[in-house]
Amino acid sequence: MKIFTAPAIYIFLKDSHSEIRTRYALNALLMFVVTALALVLFSVGNEVVGTDVLSGILWVIIFFSGMSGLSRTFVSEEERGTSATLQLISRPTSVLLGKLFFNFVLIFSLNMLIAVLYQLLVNRFVVLTPSIFWMTIFLGSCALASSSTIIAAIIAKANTRGTLYPVLSFPIMLPLLLTVMNATRLSTEGAAFAEALGEFQILISYTVVVVTISILLFSFVWKD
Amino acid sequence: MKPIIFSAESLKKEFNRRVIFDSVSFTLHEGGVFAVTGRNGSGKSTLVKILCGLLSPTKGAIRVTIEGKEVNMDVLFRRIGFIAPYLNMYEEFSGIENLTLFGKIRGLSKPPLEQNNFVGDAEELLRRFNIFDRRHDEVRTYSSGMKQRLKFAAALLHRPEILMMDEPTSNLDEEGIATVRSVIAEQRKHGILIIATNEKDDVKYADTVLNLDERKTRKSSS
Amino acid sequence: MKSTTAKIGLVIWLTLVIFAAILFPMVPAPEKWYEFPIIPGLEEKARIIFFHVPMAWTTVVAFIASTIYGIRFLMTKNLDYDLRSVSAAGLGTMFCILATITGSLWAKFNWGSFWNWDPRETSIFVLLLIYGAYFALRSAVDVEEKRATLSAVYSIIAGVTVPFFIFVMPRIMTGLHPGSKGDPQGAGPVVQFKMAPNMLLVFFASLIGFTLLYFWMFDIKVRSSRLELHSQQPQE
Repeated sequence: MKIFTAPAIYIFLKDSHSEIRTRYALNALLMFVVTALALVLFSVGNEVVGTDVLSGILWVIIFFSGMSGLSRTFVSEEERGTSATLQLISRPTSVLLGKLFFNFVLIFSLNMLIAVLYQLLVNRFVVLTPSIFWMTIFLGSCALASSSTIIAAIIAKANTRGTLYPVLSFPIMLPLLLTVMNATRLSTEGAAFAEALGEFQILISYTVVVVTISILLFSFVWKD
Repeated sequence: MKPIIFSAESLKKEFNRRVIFDSVSFTLHEGGVFAVTGRNGSGKSTLVKILCGLLSPTKGAIRVTIEGKEVNMDVLFRRIGFIAPYLNMYEEFSGIENLTLFGKIRGLSKPPLEQNNFVGDAEELLRRFNIFDRRHDEVRTYSSGMKQRLKFAAALLHRPEILMMDEPTSNLDEEGIATVRSVIAEQRKHGILIIATNEKDDVKYADTVLNLDERKTRKSSS
Repeated sequence: MKSTTAKIGLVIWLTLVIFAAILFPMVPAPEKWYEFPIIPGLEEKARIIFFHVPMAWTTVVAFIASTIYGIRFLMTKNLDYDLRSVSAAGLGTMFCILATITGSLWAKFNWGSFWNWDPRETSIFVLLLIYGAYFALRSAVDVEEKRATLSAVYSIIAGVTVPFFIFVMPRIMTGLHPGSKGDPQGAGPVVQFKMAPNMLLVFFASLIGFTLLYFWMFDIKVRSSRLELHSQQPQE
């Protein structure tokens, strides 16, 4: 496994380093989060909205924020013509794992930010079981990172990348989105941690299945 | 010199069901220089991309044997250095950062040192290609000739047994071309060299020339 | 399916199925072999099962076939498998739309609205989305080999994530279809059939008929696509 992970870590570090320098994805993502949150706050106003709806809206914001930035890892390599260079210095699996880890870190920090802001700004959204809520944010980030990475690899090779990304991602991510929405709703209803175990199992198995199939199929996508 | 055998077995490539080339076969041994020529659009780049593993052929296969052991296609990239116009460096990093990055991803730092003991090699290469003074500048500020020099340094960093070049002398000045010539001379001493080019000067170094317009190999008379 | 006898046989088979499904009378206490029992609350509307369920079933068959041809393409790089994969997906889309429309019409009369986000309605909606995404992806890639590879990979990924709905759905919503959460017969992906034997017979006859119809249409579609390719690019 080390032969894959060591290069993967360097690819992850390269992407992080590059992101810090260029802010390709980061600025757009942050602005998207701010815009989406503002829009939700305006439209909700002083209305009394149920927590199940608010749990849904939280993940709608997360989904579309992710869609605006998570494809960058692969699209930027393709646009700048560096994907061939990367192909010639590492195995496909290392590239996939590096990008997967990068996307995970990106979406996890983003989700933490959204979760904190959402709780602060949306008064009616009160989490009664924080353990369920933060576990959902963590496992949801894993699951989102797993499917968004392989879909990003696919659309990087296509022509109309921007619009295609959410179109391809949505049907793949729907089972996970429904699960995290349900788990978030449970956390606002004060359910015991054990009640959400089923949701967590689904999220973990989803991540494992998607990562495994991605490793198996990635070289087909990556090689021209 | 290590015994190296590089063979292409009846390679065929199709794009959109159009045959680019068919039944390209050849075998190279250490010290061999192979040139691919042909008009624009004849499939030169496609062929070298297949030879270095960037593209998969529609039919046929590449086989590389080094010291009697067949190299797995998955790790062929460790044995290959490739210089091409479509192989870009990371523009937001400096020249030396690019080389260090490639060295790390390739896993060139050998234990027990655990240090990046290839950095010395990298600096040496940057000196050789005369971009040492600008090594800390971001690649986006480089001229196209300097980028080409950096590509050479990146391709030679891991001392590949097989070196491939697609239009190696493009964007280079006299002095750069001279350096390329020395690289060619050196590579034929300890490995295999494959060049895709239309420059007559480059072709004359080749033992074997494949003209994709004629679709057949001929031994050069010299 | 090449022989004429098989085709004529299928036509007769499906005619009989349609005839039986529509014309067999529904009576409170069936006595004769051709009489269906009346199911309270459904009455004549129960006949949907002979058409709607086989359509949904064929959609799934086409989806699986398309994915399997995608896998075979990736293994062999033979573009003919991609042609089969896309033909299966095209037919799958058609059956998917038909199943959605028939189901939706029936839902209007039985459940009160065209769309209720019941688990199975959601599943077929997701299948429609996947087919839509599949064709959107195909139209966004120029090189045929790359298009075939990417769409095969996508359909495989979709193929492994869709089954998650089986576990996700029952936790989230109560369904209206038989076999959903809240159904007195018990929840589960497999519907417990409690149909009269003669209805069951017609139902399975229809299921078989639709499946064979799919393979026949698939065969025609693949051959016509091959001809189309051949006429577009005459061999040198």
